[in-house]
Amino acid sequence: MTDHHQHEADTRDLFGFWLYILSDCILFSVLFACYAVLYKNTYGGISVRDFTDLPYVFYETMTLLASSFTYGLAMISLQKNKLRQVIFWLMVTFLFGFAFINLEVKEFVHLYAAGHSWQGSAALSAFFTLVGAHGLHVSIGLIWMAVLMHQLSRFGATTFMKRRLTYLGIFWAFLDIIWIFVFTIVYLMGVV
Amino acid sequence: MLQKILFGNLTLQAIPFHNPIIMGAALFMGVASLLIVGALFYYKKWAWLWREWLCSVDHKKIGVMYIMLAFIMMTRGFIDAMMMRIQLAVASGNAGYLPPEHYNQIFTAHGVIMIFFMAMPFMFGLINIVLPLQIGARDVAFPFLNSLSLWLSVAGASLLNISLVVGDFAATGWLAYPPLSEMAYSPGVGVDYYIWALQISGVGTLLSGINFVVTILKMRCPGMTLMKMPIFAWTALSSMILVVLSFPVLTATLALLFLDRYFGMHFFTADAGGNAMMYINMIWIWGHPEVYILILPAFGIFSEVVAAFSKKYLFGYTSMVWACAAITLLSFIVWLHHFFTMGSGANVNAFFGIATMIISIPTGVKVFNWLFTMYRGRIAFTTPMLWTMGFISTFVIGGMTGVMMAVPAIDFQVHNSLFLIAHFHNVIIGGVVFGYLAGLTYWFPKITGFSLHERLGKYAAWCWIIGFYVAFLPVYALGFMGMTRRLSHYDASTGWQPLLIIAMIGVFIIGAGFVLQVCQLIYSFKHREVLSDVTGDAWGCGRTLEWSTASPPPFYNFAVTPEVHCIDAFWKMKQQPQLAKQYEDIHMPKNTSTGVWIGVLGGIFGFAFTWHIAWLVFASFVGIIAVMIFRTLNLDTDYYLKAEEVAQLETQYAEAS
Repeated sequence: MTDHHQHEADTRDLFGFWLYILSDCILFSVLFACYAVLYKNTYGGISVRDFTDLPYVFYETMTLLASSFTYGLAMISLQKNKLRQVIFWLMVTFLFGFAFINLEVKEFVHLYAAGHSWQGSAALSAFFTLVGAHGLHVSIGLIWMAVLMHQLSRFGATTFMKRRLTYLGIFWAFLDIIWIFVFTIVYLMGVV
Repeated sequence: MLQKILFGNLTLQAIPFHNPIIMGAALFMGVASLLIVGALFYYKKWAWLWREWLCSVDHKKIGVMYIMLAFIMMTRGFIDAMMMRIQLAVASGNAGYLPPEHYNQIFTAHGVIMIFFMAMPFMFGLINIVLPLQIGARDVAFPFLNSLSLWLSVAGASLLNISLVVGDFAATGWLAYPPLSEMAYSPGVGVDYYIWALQISGVGTLLSGINFVVTILKMRCPGMTLMKMPIFAWTALSSMILVVLSFPVLTATLALLFLDRYFGMHFFTADAGGNAMMYINMIWIWGHPEVYILILPAFGIFSEVVAAFSKKYLFGYTSMVWACAAITLLSFIVWLHHFFTMGSGANVNAFFGIATMIISIPTGVKVFNWLFTMYRGRIAFTTPMLWTMGFISTFVIGGMTGVMMAVPAIDFQVHNSLFLIAHFHNVIIGGVVFGYLAGLTYWFPKITGFSLHERLGKYAAWCWIIGFYVAFLPVYALGFMGMTRRLSHYDASTGWQPLLIIAMIGVFIIGAGFVLQVCQLIYSFKHREVLSDVTGDAWGCGRTLEWSTASPPPFYNFAVTPEVHCIDAFWKMKQQPQLAKQYEDIHMPKNTSTGVWIGVLGGIFGFAFTWHIAWLVFASFVGIIAVMIFRTLNLDTDYYLKAEEVAQLETQYAEAS
């Protein structure tokens, strides 16, 4: 009976988490819509075309995608109940994620230092907000990952830890998908 | 310098000592709080309050606390309404007794309170209390999140109330349109209070929405397919789906306004390429679904009440379900009718005008279903039924003025006039408020174990219904006479004063209804022995599962999970002999104080942001994260109530009744 209850609770939680992802998706859709409305309103300042270094953004994208790949490896190790491997791959994922944030912050600092802050124009506000909101999500994901690594070493690969790692996995993949849209709509379409 | 670091922009000047009205209100709130705190110490009830209520994850108790919040806020919102009506009744050719900047805050606070902190908590309260019982569940899907949602709502409401005394509230209207709400034109803390009160309670609302969608879709008792759900569950499902889809838009929109105000961005500013119309579009993409979020559960309540007191199956259950679904969908494609005059062009206006008119079709289906349910029914004219009949006639008028304004050409004439104000009060008071009050009266014996006094309830209902017409029919007329909304005074030559005096009298009649309801509560509580419900089926005509358990229900709701085979399952059960009960272990969540702490920290976070106290923003944010992480380390969050204990408790209940 306990198992039966556990199974029901699992499907409930998972469904609830998907609903959260849906709501977050809507949040991003608002930011994308704002970007689409405002990206031309440069108010005499620079636009994305002027500062985008595509190879740099490609490098950024690959870093994030690599982190999702290594997260997948962590989940495979989890299926095999190899705790140390799980923590190792999570660590690698964390480093990739951290590198991604680092690259993004560098781009922001670079822009800011060159005098193109978010206060410059509506287009820059929309750019910093959309890309920054994604970055903020990734940062929260990193904190979450650190907490889970700690909990893994404390509790081991128990049922509920597997569940928590599944949620983080969904979240992490979701952020990848959002980034693909950011990459396409902000950078690629901004340059061509 | 040190003061700036410690307190940000907060100084003693933020407290308006010179304003007697605000200081009077502050004194009243202070004395009331002191009395409550003193009473808790005197009767040694702190531990009880903390353990049994504040930390509770029981959906019934959370529901009761939501409704208490709604009533406290309704009192304040209603006082705001009276102040405005008195101001307008006297301010003919003079400035009245409220200076314009104060008047602006009052109408803003009135709108924000009534929608976000009266109607929303009232709705969540009723859904919390009734819904799990109706679908035969023992709790909601995420009991802890439920408690968290409540405390986030309380935090938001507290911020709004603090703004009365410390600093000021937004003077922008309840949706804070930019560029007026931008830093350039609203440099005070009012809009910041507004943003954070709504953001914090909005997160709570979103979590509740997710919680109830999962509860309804995953936790129905065996045999209850979707088309056998009570209609209230259907309307709640529609409403909660709207919450999940629309509240992220509000969160994002307010976040962008926040970025404009705090970081000098240019989303909605008048310069640097900002686009204020984008805000207006987005806020209504949330705002229009919001009114359906409120009204759909009210429709559900009326459907339950009508069926119960007509002693018939609800007429056209299936069409009712489809009408809900249609309204849910359509509510997302009508937002532009809130600003036909703002330059979208004839074709766009035509599309949204027609879409708006189409909504009246499923709504009309509902009205006819209620009428046909009553037709040839054996109607018991109880208070909930009185509210329902008052609703049907009032709401139809409100609906028709709505369809009038759906015609863009007519809307150009009455846009932002008092005609609009009369229209939405007509549907919100006549629909939402009447509905929730009907629901409260109807389910009150289920929650507390004793009924509300019927005669006082009927007097109150009549005061509300008559008061509504006296207060708002003149407002329709004033709209036609050209009076625009949000005016604090007017020229005597307009000839508006007589009608405004009648409107004021109407508000006092509604006020009498409100007072009668308070009397009804006190009277019923004093005579609860006489009014007590021992059967569980307090009205004797309950049709759905909530009436099949004791009143008030045991904390585990159902000793044995019910099994249903048809709509109105309890109605059928009453006609068949029931088998002896076989008890099983019951899985229950443990109470937790986490929700309270996150609520408190969330409130501090909003307050710190409002006053630009950087260290406190940081500290409270870290605090919230820490509490959340701490919660995930706690694995001891539930327990099993043994079958023997259930049997013992059930025998006790049986003996007591």
